[in-house]
Amino acid sequence: MTISIDPQKTNNESLQPKGWLRYFSFSLDHKVIGIQYLVCGFLFYLIGGTLASAIRIELASPMSDFMPRDVYNQVLTLHGTIMIFLWIVPVVNGAFGNYLIPFYVGARDMAFPRLNAVAFWLIPPSGLMLVASYFVDGAAQAGWTAYPPLSITTPQSGQIIWILSVLLLGGSSIFGGINFIATIIKLRRPGLKLMKLPMYCWAMLGTSLLVVLSTPVLAGTLILLSFDIIANTGFFNPVLGGNVVVYQHLFWFYSHPAVYIMVLPAFGLVSEILPVHARKPLFGYTTMVFSIMGIVVLGLVVWAHHMFTSGTPPWMRLFFTIATAFIAVPTGIKFFNWVATLWGGKISINSAMLFSCGFIINFVFGGITGVALAQVPFDIHVHDTYFVVAHFHYIVYGGTVFIIFSSIYHWFPKVTGKMLKEKLGILHFIITFIGFNLCFAPQHWLGLNGMPRRVAEYDPQFQFVNQISSLGALLMAMSTIPFLINVYLSVRNGKDAGDNPWNALTPEWLTSSPPPVENWEGEAPLVEEPYGYGKEITEGK
Amino acid sequence: MTTLDSSKEIQKNNSEANETHEDFRMFGLITFLIADGMTFAGFFAAYLTYKAVNPLPDGAIYELELPIPTLNTILLLISSATFHKAGKALLKDKNSESQKWLFFTAFLGIIFLICQLFEYFHLPFGLTDNLFASTFYALTGFHGLHVTLGTLMILIIAWQSRIKGGRLTSQNMFPLEAVELYWHFVDGIWVILFIILYLL
Ligand code: HEM
Ligand SMILES: [Cu+2]
Repeated sequence: MTISIDPQKTNNESLQPKGWLRYFSFSLDHKVIGIQYLVCGFLFYLIGGTLASAIRIELASPMSDFMPRDVYNQVLTLHGTIMIFLWIVPVVNGAFGNYLIPFYVGARDMAFPRLNAVAFWLIPPSGLMLVASYFVDGAAQAGWTAYPPLSITTPQSGQIIWILSVLLLGGSSIFGGINFIATIIKLRRPGLKLMKLPMYCWAMLGTSLLVVLSTPVLAGTLILLSFDIIANTGFFNPVLGGNVVVYQHLFWFYSHPAVYIMVLPAFGLVSEILPVHARKPLFGYTTMVFSIMGIVVLGLVVWAHHMFTSGTPPWMRLFFTIATAFIAVPTGIKFFNWVATLWGGKISINSAMLFSCGFIINFVFGGITGVALAQVPFDIHVHDTYFVVAHFHYIVYGGTVFIIFSSIYHWFPKVTGKMLKEKLGILHFIITFIGFNLCFAPQHWLGLNGMPRRVAEYDPQFQFVNQISSLGALLMAMSTIPFLINVYLSVRNGKDAGDNPWNALTPEWLTSSPPPVENWEGEAPLVEEPYGYGKEITEGK
Repeated sequence: MTTLDSSKEIQKNNSEANETHEDFRMFGLITFLIADGMTFAGFFAAYLTYKAVNPLPDGAIYELELPIPTLNTILLLISSATFHKAGKALLKDKNSESQKWLFFTAFLGIIFLICQLFEYFHLPFGLTDNLFASTFYALTGFHGLHVTLGTLMILIIAWQSRIKGGRLTSQNMFPLEAVELYWHFVDGIWVILFIILYLL
């Protein structure tokens, strides 16, 4: 059976507001939804960033003198939850995925446009609900992991709102995942082979598989947790015979894959950006594809490396150490392929390229500390210290957030038809890079020397290093200023970008900037080789 | 769309703007059911771990009665078959026969739910009595929720097939096929649940 997509029905142009207004209305256009994800995510990033600054101000001195301890816990919990569930996951999947994937498969929209809109519109209300819980009766205090029994014994209304909000966000991400899988597998233009897809499609396919397989487990877990809180059952309550370690297993069965839900799309995006700005084809396409799938499979079986200190039996420790160490193989392959893509290319030093290179550097560092953490004796020493905090910020901020900015610099001309200003962009990069490393590199030292995470007060011997870290955080906060000024100025009177300012070869650049509602005026162009740059260079162009 | 206006000009414009492609709604549904299955998998994993790691103190072990759940298993298996019949009938354009089978399937679903409630009221333990009791109610309750939704959807499509020229015809089987797949899925989960919870 065949069905036909009627553009008049799905995107009735005459009914849609024109210009910027359409970004504030209910739309089924994948490009509008993508930008809605991005802007919404960025607003939450500003909230989460403000909270981060509050945390670092508190930690600039050893006593809890900036805010009371329970407020500190709420701020910490809100910060983590917002950054993960409302900034990185929606942006790196929802925003870029929605904007780019239909172009890459040669379609006029996503497979299920309505489901797509529903998935987006779940986010703002649940995010606002989460933030508002702070003002109602105090937000959740148990951290972004919501470990019981802490999450059962702390004040409950905030925790319940937290659960509800994360459930809705999980639902949004499952709907998105289903849509991406269907779009990539089923909506490809006839003749477009899977192995000819741009790398970001593969990354999103892998990510969506992880979303579909692991997010429901988190949902089930949180439903059980809410029963413990509301109905006084004892699933995770040791007093009633429950088992907290079961919660940890179920939670990390989602949350370890979740780190790949955050970082795989970034892998895909960087694989799109590097070839363009180095004028070379992506090195090792096939190995890139297989390493993504390898990461998906391995990512699903290593969760218990977060639980080495939770009383895991020795055989489990051994298995999860080895499995975790194996992830370094496909990740390493990707790293070498990126470097090989840069090697000998005509590299243009612009903001997109700088952020991508920053990503590679930071990610290697975060990856190495990850392998170190997978070793049980080392992990037992630094578990729940600032070493872990440093590790995962190197991955999620130094990795994913750097790529989010790199992608914004890369695709801004396509979305708005204007160029961003390079000088401000480079300034943005420099402040971010210095601020980031100043903030998180010293935390490795703090962790190795035993400063615990998630506490507002610490031993005075750590004060100096903490102050350096806080200084870095201040720089990071300030780095958003040139970025926001840049966006504002460029949208108002930036240089006209033209259709393809970077001479890129992926299909989104073959249409006008900004693209028309149905992506292409006529038939969709069929791009045979997304990375055919090699020819250009050999032909001496 | 082309049925709205058959003039050559408009037909041409439409075919340019519209893309026809294979119907992949079923594909989306299967993906969703995989996700839904993972929720159950999480619950099962939790239950089995509790069983292995947190043995209950002696007095707290309950023997579950088998008759009602066995009856329920049979009911659901039959309902899967009757649903299949409904699809076959619709394919042959026998709408009213298809509708009868649909109603019968929904009826079996309702009986299942009544039996489950009956079982709940006669069990010697309540939700918060102990870990086993909580997991028992969580698992069967979550499944019961699925049966409830499924039954409602069957009633809706049965009602749709009533309307003349309605949405459910041999040309548009999708609603029926989708709900049928969902129903088989819910049955399959029940069989696993029955084995793990009642027989193991
Ligand atoms: C791919 C991106 C990655 C992200 C986003 C990420 C994120 C995280 C996060 C958020 C934590 C903190 C868990 C907590 O709150 O306790 C963590 C811990 C950990 N990560 Fe990663 N990680 C990534 C990659 C890796 C890699 C490549 C490895 C190893 C090869 C690794 C090994 C570990 C280990 C062993 C821990 C546990 C440390 C502990 O809790 O003691 N991670 N990671
Ligand atoms: Cu992990």
